[in-house]
Amino acid sequence: MSAVATRRSGARRRETLAGWTMMAPAAVGLVLFVLVPFLLAGWLSTQNVRLDTPQPPSWFGFEHYRRILLDPDFRTDFWTGLRNNLIFAAVVVPLQTSLALALALLLNKPLRGMPVFRTFFFMPVVFPMALVAVVWKVIYTRGELGLLNSVLDTISFGLIPAQDWLGNPSTALLAIIVMSIWQGAGLQMVIILAGLQSIPAELYEAAALDRANAWQRLRNVTLPGLRNTLIFVAMVTTILSFRLFDQVYIMTGGGPQDATTTVMFQAVTTAFQTNNVGRASAITVLFFLIVLTITLIQRRVLREEREIA
Amino acid sequence: MTTRRSRPARTAGSYLVLTVLALVFVAPIAYLVIGSFKPSSEVIDGVGGFVPRDLSLDNYTGMLGRFASPATGYFADFFFTSLLVTVCVVAFGLLVNSMAAYALARLQWVGRNAVMLGVVALTILPFEAIAVPLFYALNDHRNTYYIQILPFVASAFSIYLFYSFFIGLPKETEEAARLDGAGVWRTYLQIIVPMSKPVFATVAILSFLTTWGSFLWPVMMIDQPQKRPLPLAIAVFQGQPPYDWGQIFAFGVLMVLPVLVVFLLFQRWFVQSLASSGLKG
Repeated sequence: MSAVATRRSGARRRETLAGWTMMAPAAVGLVLFVLVPFLLAGWLSTQNVRLDTPQPPSWFGFEHYRRILLDPDFRTDFWTGLRNNLIFAAVVVPLQTSLALALALLLNKPLRGMPVFRTFFFMPVVFPMALVAVVWKVIYTRGELGLLNSVLDTISFGLIPAQDWLGNPSTALLAIIVMSIWQGAGLQMVIILAGLQSIPAELYEAAALDRANAWQRLRNVTLPGLRNTLIFVAMVTTILSFRLFDQVYIMTGGGPQDATTTVMFQAVTTAFQTNNVGRASAITVLFFLIVLTITLIQRRVLREEREIA
Repeated sequence: MTTRRSRPARTAGSYLVLTVLALVFVAPIAYLVIGSFKPSSEVIDGVGGFVPRDLSLDNYTGMLGRFASPATGYFADFFFTSLLVTVCVVAFGLLVNSMAAYALARLQWVGRNAVMLGVVALTILPFEAIAVPLFYALNDHRNTYYIQILPFVASAFSIYLFYSFFIGLPKETEEAARLDGAGVWRTYLQIIVPMSKPVFATVAILSFLTTWGSFLWPVMMIDQPQKRPLPLAIAVFQGQPPYDWGQIFAFGVLMVLPVLVVFLLFQRWFVQSLASSGLKG
């Protein structure tokens, strides 16, 4: 009896040892490179700390936050960045999700050659964003020789005049938005396709018995069946909108006249060009709070969904 | 009775819409590829940019010749950096994260629930939220390979993907192996890993795409040409006048070629992986 108990507790001890050993490398990595930097961000945001001086960090309280959010001399940068992130999200989320939904519905038809079309729509997803930004920067070249200008001129028979897409404050953000949709729609499309294929066929058969037309099937079967997928896709895209950085860095450098600056772009340039690590960390913390809020809303909405269903 | 279009007409309509959309999606890629073989002066030439005229490899040889000194860096260096960093992040990541997920999903150990809670909490945290303090803390390690690798090996999201898969595996085979006297490690290596190819493929593909395209971190940490990965190198290249768009496009084609080859070979895996990662998250 006691021998069995001893053997069992020995086995348990061995399993605990094995468990910790297998967990250890990942745990060390996550603590060192995720958890500690995250806590460090909170601490640095209350310090006056710069990279270009040998002086050690000194207590700064919530002065960084006050300056970023309230101080008339500094606050414009952050709020302009946040405004651009919000515009980006407000345009990209509905537009890209609808486009991806339309593509998925088209591809879900039992027609020949669909895998080929799927490949075309999905291909931009595997392109590194830095390269996409470079190619589209060339496409947006100002003047009549720019590819987009020339294409628009051709299909409108000369009605649309040539634009300086990236150089004009009123079109620069739009240009980045269009490019981002081109790169991101394919990913959403395959997620929605997977969602479409998980809707039970019986629901469509029942709808057919009820003589529902295509529009009614879409409204009463497809969209309700896709609800969780669409919420998920919209939320992920919203968070991606707030992470916007690569495109801005390569295509516009935040300009012209701050028309394309973003919260992340502010954080990096503050840390990097003005060496103000404290303020950059405070921006980072604010960025995290935005992402956290969106995530919590997403979880709440999805949980309510599940309870209803 | 509403007007009903006939089935062939509707099919033709679908194909028409699909073809137009496909052209829009492919056009920028076609522009990139064609431009990389054209004389540089003809790349920015309106719709003429699509016309394959006077094709040659001049841009490729010219680009390789331009990056031929320590001051500019060598194209081979950029490529090697990206390859080394990606292979290390993917390979070590698969090992480290799958092991952790196995311990969390299948083993009984003190502290397991607390650790799992921590992992789930960390999945919320995007890299952007920790980039600045990490940059501050690791400032002495700039311009190295390992600083481009180490922070990205352990990943809460990868652990979560592995965990969701392992938790759904049937326990019988595993228990039989354990009764036969196989230890935890042998069970993991000989039973779990072979049964879990789909999730290994998913994590590998996601991690490959993210790492190959990684940009923000190199922007902050790398300023020596020799240690530049491809995305940072093309960003620097396209920002230095005089602009040679043919050569820049040639650089771009070489940069995306490995991804495209892997993508076209394992296309089904790519699509399934990305679709499933979405549904689970």
